[in-house]
Amino acid sequence: MTFAVRRHSVLPGFGIALGFTLLYLSLIVLIPLSATFLKTFSLTWDAFWTAVTAPRVLASYRLTFGASFLAALINAVFGLLVAWVLVRYRFPGKRVIDAFVDLPFALPTAVAGIALAAVYSANGWIGSLFAPYGIKIAFTPLGVLVALTFIGLPFVVRTVQPVLEDLEPELEEAAATLGATRLQTFTKILFPTLLPALLTGFALSFARAIGEYGSVIFIAGNLPMVSEITPLLIITKLEQYDYAGATALAVVMLLISFMLLLIINLLQWWARRRRAAV
Amino acid sequence: MTTAVLQPALALPVRPVEKATAEPPWVRLLLIGLALAFLGIFLFVPLAAVFYEALRKGVGVYWQAVTEPDALAAVRLTLLAAAISVPLNLVFGVAAAWAIAKFEFRGKNLLITLIDLPFSVSPVIAGLIFVLVFGLQGWFGEWLSEHDLKIIFAVPGIVLATIFVTFPFVARELIPLMQAQGTEEEEAAVVLGASGWQTLWRVTLPNVKWGLLYGVILSNARAMGEFGAVSVVSGHIRGLTNTLPLHVEILYNEYQFAAAFATASLLALLALVTLVLKAWVERRFAD
Repeated sequence: MTFAVRRHSVLPGFGIALGFTLLYLSLIVLIPLSATFLKTFSLTWDAFWTAVTAPRVLASYRLTFGASFLAALINAVFGLLVAWVLVRYRFPGKRVIDAFVDLPFALPTAVAGIALAAVYSANGWIGSLFAPYGIKIAFTPLGVLVALTFIGLPFVVRTVQPVLEDLEPELEEAAATLGATRLQTFTKILFPTLLPALLTGFALSFARAIGEYGSVIFIAGNLPMVSEITPLLIITKLEQYDYAGATALAVVMLLISFMLLLIINLLQWWARRRRAAV
Repeated sequence: MTTAVLQPALALPVRPVEKATAEPPWVRLLLIGLALAFLGIFLFVPLAAVFYEALRKGVGVYWQAVTEPDALAAVRLTLLAAAISVPLNLVFGVAAAWAIAKFEFRGKNLLITLIDLPFSVSPVIAGLIFVLVFGLQGWFGEWLSEHDLKIIFAVPGIVLATIFVTFPFVARELIPLMQAQGTEEEEAAVVLGASGWQTLWRVTLPNVKWGLLYGVILSNARAMGEFGAVSVVSGHIRGLTNTLPLHVEILYNEYQFAAAFATASLLALLALVTLVLKAWVERRFAD
């Protein structure tokens, strides 16, 4: 990795700005992150494999990735709907509601966690509506899904919204002139145009959900094998002074996160190209 | 004569012209209703529940919960962590954006990706990495305990974890903004004899002040609200290493629900202030 100035610039401060950036980045992010990988090397391969494939760990992967995937899916459907309604229709309170979409970014996860647990428990405002039918939401895997849907909510709305705003009305007018129904225009014209942004939002929401901790632990019930997410298992191992085990799990999560980051970058590149082409 | 002909035509019931590219009113209403219902059950009801639960036992209990010594200590630590991490990341963001937006060099895209890295790391792992470096079993653990220094389960660890999770906020707002503005104004300033600092203070920063403020607002909200990363490094020592979100957790786990929600309502108010400021900056930005 070399950082060489290609073109001479009259502006000063390149060396000090880049030097400080690299130093600060290394000290805060890169060196501490590398500690996880180095710590894992203290384990033999067999010990590492046993640690990351124990039944309790596998159950936590299933819950974490399954619930994150479903939550991202819910957010893709309803995020598209919310973005559509906010861009296309007029109704009272629209500006306030638009601003509130970012609430999951602004509200501390612990606050979200206890609020969702209160609302979705059997005697909570929403939980009590489901309780008579024998459906328990809080303190079950369903509760995990609710929390992950909450924290991933803004991503799809905020990736689809600008694309929808920039859309040329001519496209839809041409489709209508040629005899397309509104539904045909949406499925054949609008949806393919929105797809890259929608997928980006889905991936961002999924990536955020798999690492989430604060909002989930209050509503999940945290029963081993049933409602225990992988980040919580990392903390449990840490509290038992099993540093190597915790780090092994962290490395698995990090590798998956980095893969998702790569996919998201590719999707964003695709979305930009698609937008430039339209 | 003409008026006589026109009059009956005007009296006919006028059907509103439906645009071919608009949905019928019932579809519109249905979609708006569905969207609002979704936002309602996931956003508005939980937010309302925070304030309802906080005040359910009366204003007296609320006031006692937010003014007890441990709560005030948590407020102070939360403010301290934000007061250190936000300015540090602000300086970093300006430096990174200056290097990336105003100069051409190889590896730039890689650098931008690395700056965004903390966003894709689970908060729990963000805490864990500092335990691995500074904890008793960590790289510097022995040296630190020999010199009687504590980072993990102490305030420095909380500050470090907070810096990590808020690391990209200012940089990622400033980089695209400064890239879009180009280098011409700065070059003119330098050619006219301004020093590097003068150019930065008088030309660059005034041009990006709204983006900068936006990054600071988001970064501050995350710094004050961070839970997972701080929870790993804090040790949960009441009055000493408890931030507000951790204080909420302790009260909640002790079944002091009214006090937990009272403390949580302070953080919810912070979130509301953040949203208002954010919307305000976005509007100024658009102008």
